[in-house]
Amino acid sequence: MTAPVEPALMLAGILFAIGLAGLLVRRGLIFQLLCLEVMLNAAGLAFVAAGARWGQPDGQVMFLFVLTLAACEVAIALALVLQMARQFGGLDVNLLRRMRH
Amino acid sequence: MFLIAATVATIATLLAVTRANAMHALLHLIVSLLAVAVVMFTLGAPFAAALEVIVYAGAILVLMVFVVMMLNLGRDAEKRARLVIQPAAWIAPGILSGLLLGVVLTAILNSPARTAAEIVPPKAVGASLFTTYVLAVQLAGFMLLAALIGAFHLSRKARDDVEDGA
Repeated sequence: MTAPVEPALMLAGILFAIGLAGLLVRRGLIFQLLCLEVMLNAAGLAFVAAGARWGQPDGQVMFLFVLTLAACEVAIALALVLQMARQFGGLDVNLLRRMRH
Repeated sequence: MFLIAATVATIATLLAVTRANAMHALLHLIVSLLAVAVVMFTLGAPFAAALEVIVYAGAILVLMVFVVMMLNLGRDAEKRARLVIQPAAWIAPGILSGLLLGVVLTAILNSPARTAAEIVPPKAVGASLFTTYVLAVQLAGFMLLAALIGAFHLSRKARDDVEDGA
């Protein structure tokens, strides 16, 4: 039993759009990271769907690399989040305006 | 099964993006990732589905949960977040990303319908990973190492911080 590919691609598009809108609206660094995760996950889902369309493992391999990328990104970004919370006393990106002075 | 999982994924992601409390948002996102894993399973990609559960929901999101708990943001961060996510704030980004989504959806809908060929077993994925993509695997390893060192370096206390504290 395998599902049709188009709805899966559409789901990936919908998830990506939700993540993009969230990234534009939210001002908390944690939430922006979360929206980035949503977008990366949507891209991975599109890879898997495309791989499933051709019955080839390449889509899943690419998903694996997207996963690795997401893991690296989260590790670095969370370290930056900790530093920001330590130095600016909050996670609102508007606090970073102080960097200009 | 696909429709249920896709609906759950969409709703959970919407909830995750719109919550004011970081912990609630993360838990919604975990639900969304599990639903996406079900979608991948129905697409005939059991290996990707398992990785989605283990690595994404199990490791990456739990790491974020740990950091949120460690920072202990409290009530006023939640209040400030509530100020930002007024309905009016969503209009312009909603229109922009809605337009992009419309373009993608029309492109997909205008292509001929196809179904997934068959289940791609984990064995095929592993064989492809360590023959065709072996160089990319090495590079991914280097990237993980760089991320490890970078995260270690960044999460140390800054030197002048330490001096201030002393």
